[in-house]
Amino acid sequence: MSADTILALGLNHTIAPVAIREKLAFSKDCSRPLLALRALDGCDECLLLSTCNRVEVYFVSKSGAAAADAARKLLFAGTDLTDEEARRYTYFHQGADAVRHLFRVAASLDSMVVGEPQILGQLKEAFRLAGEHKAAGFLLDRLFTKAFFVAKRVRTETNIGGSAVSISYAAVQLAKKILGDLAGRKVLLVGAGEMAELAAEHLVGQGIAEVVVANRTYERAVTLANRFHGRAVPLDDLHAQLEAVDILISSTGAPGFILTRDEVKPVMRQRLHRPLFLIDIAVPRDLDPTINDVDNVYLYDIDDLMQVVETGKADRDQAAAAAELIVAHEAAKFGEWLNGLAVVPTIAALKKRSAALCQAELAKTMAHLGGLSDQDKKAVEILAQSIANKMLHHPMLFLKHEANGMDTQARLSFIRACYDLDETGGEEPERN
Amino acid sequence: MTYLFISTLGIYVAATVTALAYFTTQQEKLRGLGRLLLIAAGLAHTCYLVTRYLQAGHTPLTSNHDAVSFMAWAMTWGFLSFRYRYKVKNFGAFVTPLITLLMVVATLSSTTVRELPPALQSGWLPVHASIALLANSFLALAFCGGIMYLLLEGEIKKKRFGLFCERLPSLEALDNLNEHCLAVGFPLLTLGIITGSLWAKQAWGSYWHWDPKETWSLITWFLYAALLHQRFTMGWRRRRAAIMAIVGFAAALFTFWGVSFLLEGVHSYVG
Repeated sequence: MSADTILALGLNHTIAPVAIREKLAFSKDCSRPLLALRALDGCDECLLLSTCNRVEVYFVSKSGAAAADAARKLLFAGTDLTDEEARRYTYFHQGADAVRHLFRVAASLDSMVVGEPQILGQLKEAFRLAGEHKAAGFLLDRLFTKAFFVAKRVRTETNIGGSAVSISYAAVQLAKKILGDLAGRKVLLVGAGEMAELAAEHLVGQGIAEVVVANRTYERAVTLANRFHGRAVPLDDLHAQLEAVDILISSTGAPGFILTRDEVKPVMRQRLHRPLFLIDIAVPRDLDPTINDVDNVYLYDIDDLMQVVETGKADRDQAAAAAELIVAHEAAKFGEWLNGLAVVPTIAALKKRSAALCQAELAKTMAHLGGLSDQDKKAVEILAQSIANKMLHHPMLFLKHEANGMDTQARLSFIRACYDLDETGGEEPERN
Repeated sequence: MTYLFISTLGIYVAATVTALAYFTTQQEKLRGLGRLLLIAAGLAHTCYLVTRYLQAGHTPLTSNHDAVSFMAWAMTWGFLSFRYRYKVKNFGAFVTPLITLLMVVATLSSTTVRELPPALQSGWLPVHASIALLANSFLALAFCGGIMYLLLEGEIKKKRFGLFCERLPSLEALDNLNEHCLAVGFPLLTLGIITGSLWAKQAWGSYWHWDPKETWSLITWFLYAALLHQRFTMGWRRRRAAIMAIVGFAAALFTFWGVSFLLEGVHSYVG
């Protein structure tokens, strides 16, 4: 049993263009594809994460790359992409790399807007679903529990989440500076990214009257619109919508500008120059920066907002670096734990632990006992060691035999926890 | 120069200093204090206007001193009346210095009460002059709002937040202020021109003489009329409205002072 059995396969906003991501995204219900993955040959456990910016499968398998190929075929089954193309748009991590990747995703280091808090909730939801369908077992359970712990550590020990939350807060403050009271205003979400959702959530909290969602795929627009009791429109309708809304949040991930200055100018005339606040959180940019020159139009991109909240780039880089350190440290610890999950090293560790205990206790006792002959001392030592060995006999049998309804990993983990072989000092693993 | 006038000026200066201190420090205590001081100044100023009336024996609006003082008085009460309609944060920091400036101009002008020429001794005098000055005071308030709008908008457009972003109300509030001031100021301006014309008919026998003051008041009127017309039909609001409020007030000021001092005409007795 080795760490290589944890695998991560997927694609995100950096590797695959939005057109590909959207073909793949399982927006409604992940149960069906999850069960299909679970049924694959050589897949022992699996979990499927699908968000606006990423689709990922985490699984446990002994067959490595072969299982990954099967999973990739299944993910791309609904598209017309060739196998080679599918390979180009996905990444595949094994073992320690897969663990590290998951920890980075959970800690929001892999997000479009680093530090955005939505991803953790989405990951927890994916984990819940996998648990519900019994797709995640002992190893993924432990892995994800750890990932949530890492995310929490990163969030409390670094200021990485600060900027994302303060960015959407700053967007709301700016909207109020420009538009006054936000009650009765309309907001248009173009594209459906996590950060846009977060900003929209903040805005809705301020009494926004209507949320309109425009997206390349209409279905996803509907899903998101339902969350805010809003309305979905096709992306072609963008210009028409621009006449009616007051705030636009764009995060499409399109390769070029979706809106230019020359397109906005005539709209402003039709709007009778009512002010328009545009927020561009896409990377690369969705909105032509020169739009800001149009009278009564205010365009802010993610860097502008960061500047507003005065989180300097240096601070952000520092927070990200600190977070990467935590991730690396926790991934290494998890790797050690994973490596220990084998019968032979566990038995050795158990013996070592018992011998050390014997020696320590004997040393204490001998110090108090005067006048013992060497032979007596020998007898006491043998007594101690044989009690310890007898005590270990049944735990060792328990480890070696599978006849008690628990699989090997669970039994190993159980014994290691009982005897504190990972030297956690008795602390419980973090559960969220 | 009476003690009453000097003490009124003193309270105005105190109110201005407090408003500016509130602007810089953002301490709520100062906000309330500034308002109280301005109300006190307004009351003292009202008493002063009454003494001027008694002293002159007619409505005291014929000298530069009285006209400017009346305009400052009207701005004070116009500004205070807003407090009950909207909250426009730090509006006082822009309005009170202007009021104080007007009071300083009044201080520097001669307070001698001159006898009016018989032609001008008419019931139209208080009506025409006070309406025209009231109009000017509301246009002045719109001007202050316009300055605030441009300062704040500049920071938001350039994405560099300095003094104004946290201290000024929203652009929307400032634009509403502009609309409100003009909604009061423009009808008053119109009325001022009409009453002036009626008075001219009575004094000189015809409604319009194309005297420089009349011409310039008409220019000012057209500027504001254009602004309001565009606002309601073409949506000239916000930035353009703010700029127009500033340009329009410059024209109004020129009508008020520039014409009197620089150009000759039937109004030249003022000043």
